[in-house]
Amino acid sequence: MAKTLIINGKSVSVQAAPDTPLLWVLRDELEMTGTKYGCGIAQCGACTVHVDGAATRSCVTPISALDGVKITTIEGLEGVHPLQAAWVEADVPQCGYCQSGQLMSASALLTKTPHPTDTDIDDAMNGNICRCGCYQRIRAAIKVAAARAAAPVAA
Amino acid sequence: MNKPIKGFVLALPTRRDFVVISAVAAGGVMLVGCSPSDMLSVGADDKHFGPFGPFLRIAPDGAVTVVSKHIEFGQGNHAGLAAMVAEELDADWDKVKVEQAPANAKVYANLGMGVQGTGGSSAIANSWPQLRAVGATSRAMFVSAAADRWKVPAAEISVKNAVLSHPSGKTATFGDLVADAAKLTPPKDAPLKDPKNFTLIGTDRVRRKDAVAKSRGQARFTQDVHLPNMLTAMVAHSPRFGGKVKSFDATEAKKVPGVVDVFEIPAGVAVTATNTYAARQGRDALKVEWNDDKAEKRSSDAIMDSYHDLASGKTQPSGDLKWQAFDAHGTGPAPAGGKVVEASFDFPYLAHATMEPMNCVAEIGGGKNKLTFGSQSPTVDQLNTGMIVGALPGSVQIETLFAGGSFGRRANFKSDYVTECVHIAKHVGGGRPVKLVWTREDDMTGGYYRPMVHHAVKVTLGDDGFPAHWNHRIVSQSIMKGSPMGGGGLDETAVEGAKGSPYLKATPVVDGQLILPDAGVPVLWWRSVGATHTAFVMEHTIDQLAHAAGKDPVEYRRALYTRAGANRHLAVLNLAVEKAGPTPAAGWTRGVAVHESFGSVVAQVAEVKLVNGEPRVGRVVTAVDCGIAISPDQVASQMEGGTCYGLSAALFGRISLKDGVVEQRNFDGYRVLRQTEAPHVETHILPSMNKPSGIGEPGCPVIGPAVANALLTMTGKPTSSLPLVKI
Repeated sequence: MAKTLIINGKSVSVQAAPDTPLLWVLRDELEMTGTKYGCGIAQCGACTVHVDGAATRSCVTPISALDGVKITTIEGLEGVHPLQAAWVEADVPQCGYCQSGQLMSASALLTKTPHPTDTDIDDAMNGNICRCGCYQRIRAAIKVAAARAAAPVAA
Repeated sequence: MNKPIKGFVLALPTRRDFVVISAVAAGGVMLVGCSPSDMLSVGADDKHFGPFGPFLRIAPDGAVTVVSKHIEFGQGNHAGLAAMVAEELDADWDKVKVEQAPANAKVYANLGMGVQGTGGSSAIANSWPQLRAVGATSRAMFVSAAADRWKVPAAEISVKNAVLSHPSGKTATFGDLVADAAKLTPPKDAPLKDPKNFTLIGTDRVRRKDAVAKSRGQARFTQDVHLPNMLTAMVAHSPRFGGKVKSFDATEAKKVPGVVDVFEIPAGVAVTATNTYAARQGRDALKVEWNDDKAEKRSSDAIMDSYHDLASGKTQPSGDLKWQAFDAHGTGPAPAGGKVVEASFDFPYLAHATMEPMNCVAEIGGGKNKLTFGSQSPTVDQLNTGMIVGALPGSVQIETLFAGGSFGRRANFKSDYVTECVHIAKHVGGGRPVKLVWTREDDMTGGYYRPMVHHAVKVTLGDDGFPAHWNHRIVSQSIMKGSPMGGGGLDETAVEGAKGSPYLKATPVVDGQLILPDAGVPVLWWRSVGATHTAFVMEHTIDQLAHAAGKDPVEYRRALYTRAGANRHLAVLNLAVEKAGPTPAAGWTRGVAVHESFGSVVAQVAEVKLVNGEPRVGRVVTAVDCGIAISPDQVASQMEGGTCYGLSAALFGRISLKDGVVEQRNFDGYRVLRQTEAPHVETHILPSMNKPSGIGEPGCPVIGPAVANALLTMTGKPTSSLPLVKI
């Protein structure tokens, strides 16, 4: 049963059953593997994508709930997102497995709250587990990206 | 046999195992008098290395690729290993690439283990002489090629950023010279740089090579492997360790669209499907009856009670079970009238809980024996695969990918999840790719935990307030017992950190004993291994002793380190205390701890307060002596990450069993550290010209006791069991 999803600005036809979580459609059917499986019950955040701009756990979101909405995955962050540049400069990743989810939560945060406080960062990022413990670099990189957006300088 | 690295030893085959494999696979070929790496690499393709050897490739355009024999699963070793080569080669660091080596027990052996494997925080340490020599030798070949071409003495040629130059003005790149250099015989004993002259090592230029890919979702993990015609498999496991399949009904499972087959393997019942979601639904629909005759049916509380009974003497060991001394020196009774401090410690089972649950891709049959996954111990995984498929271990190909964490979990004598995948792929046959996927629940309940451990300590202080008599009992399951390296001697992984402690060295009479009762729960090393509990016990006991003696814990440690000649401990303690400054931030209480593991010594000053009754850790000032810090940035990263990993366990980590069934199934039951609870770690590296020592694990075990020591100061109450936050 074909269904059309809007992923990273493109209409994509998928065959999966309606109750299939978006995560598995992305990973198995579309082979977009940047979005990760970590827990399957919305506890770890590794599967985070944007649905109409809001950070959403794709492991518990059936595709039947996604009619007409805009889905963005790590592959669809435009160009090199300022957060991704900050991530690389700070050498945030260790094993790297959770980082797509971290970046999707962080980018949703900055879109909604361009100048986040520490509490804003806690609230937005607490659903994303990092077992390597990259948390302080994640926090620092979010602040760097936010500060740059606030005061753009000539390249 | 090679001397094992402390705290981490790879499984080497016994003679008998190898003869069996040989008989099955090669018509009874026997190799006598060979080293394990010789034996285990038979059948490997090792003839294709280029002119610069197995660790370095230089393309016609001069592009430098360093081949890493060690897996990268977060610890940053790829950057450090590449930097060793690049430093001695005088390559252009920004353009150096890193590639993962294939499996080869001999060529890519960990020189501390004798076979290929990553663990014991040894990647950098064992590679230090080897990879520097690779860089220096190859550099000499380029210099020689340039000298021949320019007809000048080699000594007049300098190399910088992959460009060779001569005072006459002649210059050439690696690319210009590589064809000529490749024809030369590699010189023996090419000179290494004096570390004083390093221009790359020790600088902030040594950064991760994988940060871009990992920030764009492009790094390839086992979970991400898609191969033509690939099946995805899940396995229904017994809810109890040691349980076996009695019978199963696959009727409903086979009705799930996408499910291809259901069949029994030694580990349980396998479901193969065309995609992950179908495999999951198929497994959920499966009905399995289990035979628990030989299963572990005890609760973890009951197992811990039995440990207490052993330590207290209420139960006398019988059969093979006996107490073994790990440190017994000095004689004589405890001083009469001396102050006695008794401390008891209970540590729970811990899951590694890597972000990427265990998984593996195998292609078996049709002339193929290939694994594609994050292999931490390729030689062991080759051996265990070879035994199942009837092939020489060296002929089993492994393509090692990034792993989404391991913390020890992927280095397993039994290759548990790997052999599941191999059995399934063998059943499927024809070389058809099979990806075994463990769900989070499989991973959490799948065993191979940090052992549950009990320590009982009784210390009598002398007139001077320092320990005069130290009685110490450790009860733990053994990681090494029953493994090919188990032997029957002392299991160092259960005592390291207590054994060798400067505090015991400074104590005139020590009676330290270990006992290793069996339990049916599979156990394994877990980041920092024995230190996960010994560091806590030693460091928290010391603070209790200092309090009893009415002395400042920092001064108390300084005196003991001086007595024991523990100069490195003293140096990092002093550095951490100095950098922490005289007073904590208002409202915070400090705790200090120091521990040596994997050749490195770490001191931490942690600031702690209670938030809603739970300990919260803020600033953590860390000092580390790890020898030469190849990448200061990655040393700091490992201190930060290790601190979080250790703190997560100290605050929340606990796997418990009820009637043999694991109670925690996912992150809702097994709480781990999150952003709000993460400390801010400041890392200060002790300047050193010593060879590099471990960094992946030593940052892990220190924070737990530092927090407990802060709580002791805050509340006057010692901690006797972990985790600190009881659910």
